Amino acid sequence: MNKVLMSGNNIIGEAAIRSGCRFYAGYPITPQNELTEYMAEHMREAPGGVFIQSESEIAAIHMIIGASATGARVMTSSSSPGISLKQEGISSMAACELPGVIVNIMRGGPGLGNIRPAQGDYFQATRGGGHGDYRTIVFGPATCQELADLTMSAYDLADKYRTPVMILADGMMGQMMEPVIFKKPKPRHYNENFILKGAGSGKSKFIRGLILDAIDMEEHNWKLERKYQVIKARETLHEEHRTEDAKLVIVAYGTAARIAKGAIKRLRDNGMQVGLFRPITLWPFPEAELRALSARVKKFLVFEMSTGQMLDDVRLALQGYADIEFHGRPGGVVPTPSELANVIARHYKETGK
Amino acid sequence: MMIKTIFSGFGGQGVLMMGYSFAHSAMNKGYQTTYLPSYGAEMRGGTANCTVAVADEEIASPVASEPDHLIAMNSPSLFNFQNKITSGGAIFLNSSIIESRPSRKDIKVYAIPCGDMAQELGNTRVANVIMMGAFLKETGIVSADIYLKSLETIMGSKKKSAAEINRKAFAAGFDFIKK
Amino acid sequence: MSKKVFSRPRSLKEAVFHYCPGCGHSIAHRLVAEVIDELDIRSRVIGIPPAGCAVLAYNYFDVDMIEAQHGRGPATATGIKRARPDSIVFSYQGDGDLAAIGIAESLHAANRGENITVIFINNACYGMTGGQMAPTTMLQQRTTTTPSGRNNILDGYPVKVSEIFSRLPGVTYLERVTVNSPAGVNKTKKAIKKAFRCQIDGLGFSLIEILSPCPTNWKLSPVDSCKWIDDVMSKEFPLGVFKDNTGAGKKTGEAAP
Ligand SMILES: Cc1ncc(C[n+]2csc(CCOP(=O)(O)OP(=O)(O)O)c2C)c(N)n1
Ligand code: SF4
Repeated sequence: MNKVLMSGNNIIGEAAIRSGCRFYAGYPITPQNELTEYMAEHMREAPGGVFIQSESEIAAIHMIIGASATGARVMTSSSSPGISLKQEGISSMAACELPGVIVNIMRGGPGLGNIRPAQGDYFQATRGGGHGDYRTIVFGPATCQELADLTMSAYDLADKYRTPVMILADGMMGQMMEPVIFKKPKPRHYNENFILKGAGSGKSKFIRGLILDAIDMEEHNWKLERKYQVIKARETLHEEHRTEDAKLVIVAYGTAARIAKGAIKRLRDNGMQVGLFRPITLWPFPEAELRALSARVKKFLVFEMSTGQMLDDVRLALQGYADIEFHGRPGGVVPTPSELANVIARHYKETGK
Repeated sequence: MMIKTIFSGFGGQGVLMMGYSFAHSAMNKGYQTTYLPSYGAEMRGGTANCTVAVADEEIASPVASEPDHLIAMNSPSLFNFQNKITSGGAIFLNSSIIESRPSRKDIKVYAIPCGDMAQELGNTRVANVIMMGAFLKETGIVSADIYLKSLETIMGSKKKSAAEINRKAFAAGFDFIKK
Repeated sequence: MSKKVFSRPRSLKEAVFHYCPGCGHSIAHRLVAEVIDELDIRSRVIGIPPAGCAVLAYNYFDVDMIEAQHGRGPATATGIKRARPDSIVFSYQGDGDLAAIGIAESLHAANRGENITVIFINNACYGMTGGQMAPTTMLQQRTTTTPSGRNNILDGYPVKVSEIFSRLPGVTYLERVTVNSPAGVNKTKKAIKKAFRCQIDGLGFSLIEILSPCPTNWKLSPVDSCKWIDDVMSKEFPLGVFKDNTGAGKKTGEAAP
């Protein structure tokens, strides 16, 4: 298989098209424009492929809802402020059980913020983001190869659980190029019964989010919740790096995890036993796996390019069984591995030995 | 081994192309590589830069806080980045338009008149390829063959004449550095 | 009048514009500032920069400003004006901001006849984000999201804001101008002045559409950009006054008592 050198934004687009995505709608916003532009250039080349530059992010998400209802594999992408606008539609997709992939190439916030890489949208992504009782599967890729692989997985999971899936990366992942190999996507399995194509001479069907009867709505909520529990039990992904003998473990995802690896290398060279726990699914969070690690490791350092959001999930997972420290650089600052190494070293010394 | 290089200049000098073709050739040589361009509002006012990391191990951060090399195609690039270069590193500057020289004594400086050399070749747009020739001769990170092959892949086989002038330009830069 | 051109208007800060050479934003900023000075309203002005190349307008205008989220300027302007009717409120918007993501906010502010002024920069593309298609992009014009040119079947038609908005009864004054020549600049200034005066007199919604060069994304020289406005853009977007109800006096309410 051929290695190619592509930017993260373009890789997502290519992986989506290879996965059979045939409908893309989006609105320009930095630092994800290259994805929209890639789709503008290539989506219409694919048979039946539709590209629409929508008039807003709100319109884009509602366009993909329509296309998804007719059975198309769909994508929309944006960056932080635009993802806020999409929340209404993401909530609808969860309610109506429509598959689709939403890409957030995060930038500094809140508000218009800036266009530098940041990780401030973790809460929004992993808590559902829009209104109502629902969850969104969230992937936090850390390499360009993972952007390709996880985009393909996102389509599989979206179909399997009929739910929106989000790729949560940041401006650096979107802009950066790395060699990548596109694997063969899995064949699609999607039940025809869920697809609207017009009743023809048969029975008509509808897709809805509005359920006025409270008991019925409650039942729908529990049905969704049961689905989320299955996802939680089956779909968590994480990576452990040099945790075998670690006395201190960094917990970080995405770009922050890359930086952490660089820091760990320096510290290991100086004889410090430091490792990394990297959640790949941010929701479901690899809770049990992290807790299992706390049997051996008594000190964790959460590192995020935010003021501390995943930190909450780490606390919930560890339930007080280990000490948790935090280091954060919000606002679009990308710290260097050596800066982080200094911070880790300080905490490491406190571990005693 | 882990080598980080910043390519910087005016938009239109082809600095992103330098970085991209370099990363491409590093990939073809079998190295790990990352390429990170400047983007967005940074581009207003017409300057561009990119950072390429090449390594034989996993690359943690594609950002270079202390780059090993700087390729400066114009003066603002030199002023912006000269003090970030790691001690023992090198600066390759386009001496056709950069008059000042770094005052640091702990780095090597190569003044390549790539703008004038391009003019002599009859195509001012190949100054970047000339610079790549000098840069790769000095650093030896990838061979001329691998680099030129990457360059051809990137440019597509559309223009035979473009490939020809690029080869000449690269050779001119390559031969400019005497070893 | 020509003397003014060489001094900095009081309503502009002493900052160097970050706009590209030949960009129409710089001229439009200056004209708005001059008008604010000449009408002596600086003390009451509240301006609203958009998300767009003009996002940093608060670094240039020496008047009170509040930045709006992309497209929401007229909604924010409505809030300001209703809460503080003495203020003179202007929303400064690009074509993506006004005619795409913010068309609802813009249209409804106009339809309510909000007593505000909209300065609308039509540069036929999204400048800030790198030259994608705008609602006002010309047919066949190449942008980064219409790589083979804007296709009417797939991408729709250029949105004619002045033509559409002038039909709303809420709109009092509406003119389309351009800043591609000295004569055009003079006309633009007059139009902006008339729009602000309309607001000062309490006459209702005013909008000035300015055809404005974006050499960077059009990939033309500043001079050729000005020519392109004459040769191509103003054919699609003809200049002129589209609505002038300033002579009709203040509107009166028609709700049941
Ligand atoms: C919700 C949201 N979506 C997208 C953006 C990104 N964005 C910033 S400015 C802009 C468009 C700018 O184009 P235009 O309004 O025509 O103004 P110009 O830059 O051409 O002056 C976009 C899409 C944003 N800031 N917020
Ligand atoms: S990109 Fe266009 S609109 Fe933006 S500052 Fe440059 S010329 Fe002006």
